[in-house]
Amino acid sequence: MKCEASALLDERREQVHRTGQGPIDMACNRDSLAGAVSQRACVFCGSRVVLYPIADALHLVHGPVGCAVYTWDIRGALSSGPELHRLSFTTDLQETDVIFGGERKLEAALDELIDRHGPKAAFVYSTCIVGIIGDDLEAVCRRMEEKKGIPVIPVQSEGFKGNKREGYNAACKALFRLVGTGDTSRISGISVNILGDFNLAGEIWIIREYFRRMGVEVVANITGDGRVADIRRCHGAALNVVQCSGATLDLAKMMEEEYGIPYIRVSYLGIEDMAESLYAVADHFSEADSDISRRTSELVKEELDLLMPRLQEFRRDLEGKRVAIYVGGAFKAFSLIKAFRHLGMQVVMVGSQTGTEEDYRELEAITDPGTIIVDDSNPLELSAFIKEKDVDVFVGGVKERPIAFKMGVGFCDHNHERKESLEGFVGMYNFAREIHASAMSPVWKFVPRREVRNA
Amino acid sequence: MLKPNYVSTTNACKLCTPLGAALAFRGVEKSVPFLHGSQGCATYMRRYIISHFREPMDIASSALGEKHAVYGGAPNLKKGLLNVMKKYQPQVIGVATTCLTETIGDDVGMILREFRKEFSDLDLPEVVHVNTPSYSGTHMDGWTGAVRAMAEQLVVEKARANGSVNLFGGMISPGDIRALKDIFGHFGLDATILPDISETLDGPALLDYEPIPSGGTPLEAIRHMSGAACSIEFGRCLPARTAGSSLQDRFGVPNVRLGMPLGLRETDRFLEALSEVASRGVPRRYLLERGRLVDSLVDGHKYVAGKRAIVYGEEDLVVGLVAFLSEIGVQPVLAATGSRTGEMVANIERVGGDLREQPQVHEGVDFHEIAEMAGELKPDLVIGHSKGYRYARDWGVPLVRVGFPIHDRFGGQRLRILGYGGAQDLYDRIVNAVLEKKQSGCSVGYGYL
Ligand code: SF4
Ligand code: SF4
Repeated sequence: MKCEASALLDERREQVHRTGQGPIDMACNRDSLAGAVSQRACVFCGSRVVLYPIADALHLVHGPVGCAVYTWDIRGALSSGPELHRLSFTTDLQETDVIFGGERKLEAALDELIDRHGPKAAFVYSTCIVGIIGDDLEAVCRRMEEKKGIPVIPVQSEGFKGNKREGYNAACKALFRLVGTGDTSRISGISVNILGDFNLAGEIWIIREYFRRMGVEVVANITGDGRVADIRRCHGAALNVVQCSGATLDLAKMMEEEYGIPYIRVSYLGIEDMAESLYAVADHFSEADSDISRRTSELVKEELDLLMPRLQEFRRDLEGKRVAIYVGGAFKAFSLIKAFRHLGMQVVMVGSQTGTEEDYRELEAITDPGTIIVDDSNPLELSAFIKEKDVDVFVGGVKERPIAFKMGVGFCDHNHERKESLEGFVGMYNFAREIHASAMSPVWKFVPRREVRNA
Repeated sequence: MLKPNYVSTTNACKLCTPLGAALAFRGVEKSVPFLHGSQGCATYMRRYIISHFREPMDIASSALGEKHAVYGGAPNLKKGLLNVMKKYQPQVIGVATTCLTETIGDDVGMILREFRKEFSDLDLPEVVHVNTPSYSGTHMDGWTGAVRAMAEQLVVEKARANGSVNLFGGMISPGDIRALKDIFGHFGLDATILPDISETLDGPALLDYEPIPSGGTPLEAIRHMSGAACSIEFGRCLPARTAGSSLQDRFGVPNVRLGMPLGLRETDRFLEALSEVASRGVPRRYLLERGRLVDSLVDGHKYVAGKRAIVYGEEDLVVGLVAFLSEIGVQPVLAATGSRTGEMVANIERVGGDLREQPQVHEGVDFHEIAEMAGELKPDLVIGHSKGYRYARDWGVPLVRVGFPIHDRFGGQRLRILGYGGAQDLYDRIVNAVLEKKQSGCSVGYGYL
């Protein structure tokens, strides 16, 4: 059965590909199509995602109320200390502010909030409307920085300026203002910054523990369980370890250029990627520390000895089940595809909101013939693909969940809002357990899709 | 105590205007909500709504980019409408503006007129539009505005008298809407409930994904609203111009404004109104239901006697809750809302007649302010949506969840609070919250309470 033509708008044809059917030439990083119910968010959302977990900073959304409310504590980004990031601050612009400009209100709000909470830094996010009324965020932030003696950093994240990716960039620019302002003495030569991990459900603690066992000092978490002081001195680290394709790569590049710190790209999802990431870090330091490789392989072995037998149990049930993946960044999709192979499951559709041409080429290279690859999809397409491929489990975010559930398909939440840690070896176990619990639930016997088949 | 006056907002106790409009548009048959603005707003709202209803919520967007923000969003709005038509084949598209398009000054009414002219050869759906800048209003303004826009833009002719009742119920749960339909049925009345999200935001498991969920108020029924015997609208804090007032002004359909039927007296008023339209007494099943409710209030009164409650949420919900609490012997000590209609104080005085003391009433507050005031008020109980959870937890008191959003509990879409049956559910939950707290806080662990 082909995907019904009605599900796909003509203008979207170039954003869907099937592995093995001709050369891949994906149109991507386009603006979302008007009227198509894109699953994408905005620039502001991108910045907010990246900066949000810095727990001792004030995050003030300059704009009308909604933008701030919708991002109020929606991530599972945990902190081991302060929790300022979990509050939702906004200037809640009113009509008069829109007419006469919001700078005075912004300044007063910063004054008030900095005094109230004593943050180590403040991030001020601009939203669409602020871009239109033309408030000078730079000037206000500069004044407040002088007055309060803490970094007050504008984040130029007007929502309409592109998609989430642009927001990552704005966030990295904001972070880069902090970098280089702290004392780097007493940082070990075997040290890293963890970039692109947001400590969802405490994931960064898992990774930090691995590094500790390897003998690697972590200078700054950027940004999960993040602290302003750490970020200020993170240019003292020997290596940047960057997870995920988009979010903090720009920062790593800026730091490479300015401070000569190399970076490597890693993924903590799934078995191979987790192990490879640790080995890559060990390799990097093998000259400085001749024992690090041994410690690392020991760590991996210990973890795998624990994990593998437990995975086999899940695999017995899951073998042959069919999976669809739709995630924000494509990088995560690579890891997920490999993770599903360990469970004997077959990925039949994979897509992302913000993949690049390169990402899609790689996806085509690692997926089985016939796999649907899609960029910036929407509910109608996704549901058509699910049906066509007779999917058993769908991996996506909150907005994808009701699509799967409505059609009687298992679902695993794999986005910034998840409350279950999925990174590291223990994360792989959690992931497998969740997939198993969902795919094997008796409820699917009652959903219309399966009732028809069973009849 | 004086309410502190802050410039900044911390943890707002309101949502943005187009969200209310999008929800209301979701309650019309074969309709697609459409936000005229940049992509992010629509996506955020979808996510927010999904987490409460656990149902698909497609909201289209004109996905404006930088150049549209400068040169105007008309081309994208038109293109977006055409794409929605192609993909969804809707009967109605409900367009709500966002802060962005309000600020750049797009005249949506004019753009839509152009659109109709340009594409007059196509079979166009109805396109309703409403202005919803969030910098002047909250999600409730968006909701009432969208409902009024539908009444004004879809009901343009006087229909033949049909004896039915229009109900503008406000932002109430699918569970409550289903219960209200039953009530109308048992009075032998035909009702047009606008909007009706009882199916579109609480539908069955399906074989196929429905582009537009089935259910919702049929377009034909909306058109016939001008021939109704009367309109009933719930809400004491509504603006002067509403869907009901518009039908009254233009078509002479009498408009009856009632408080949300929350608790005994407000439900009595509602059923009296129905009795009058239907020219018959209240059906026995509701007399029994009422009797059982009163019986249970007696059974439980000691558990809740004198308990102090903080109540927050949309104004009319808060007014209704105060009305109910005043009937069961719970003392509301603070009634708070994020919106500012200026109507809440007077209405709370009106419904809180049995209270020994009037609660503090505050409009336009956020949770930071609520928390500051709560310190001295020593609440035993918090009643409102999920956003108060953190605070209730800090204070060590139970939170009884009502309203929208409820995204830290299951079943928000099925919650009932209206009518005697809803009051029963709510009462049971309140009493049980008190009992649970008592039990968990006691060293003995009584098995009989
Ligand atoms: S810009 Fe306005 S409409 Fe959009 S999310 Fe923010 S408050 Fe809501
Ligand atoms: S207004 Fe702009 S910044 Fe705010 S949510 Fe909408 S698109 Fe994003």
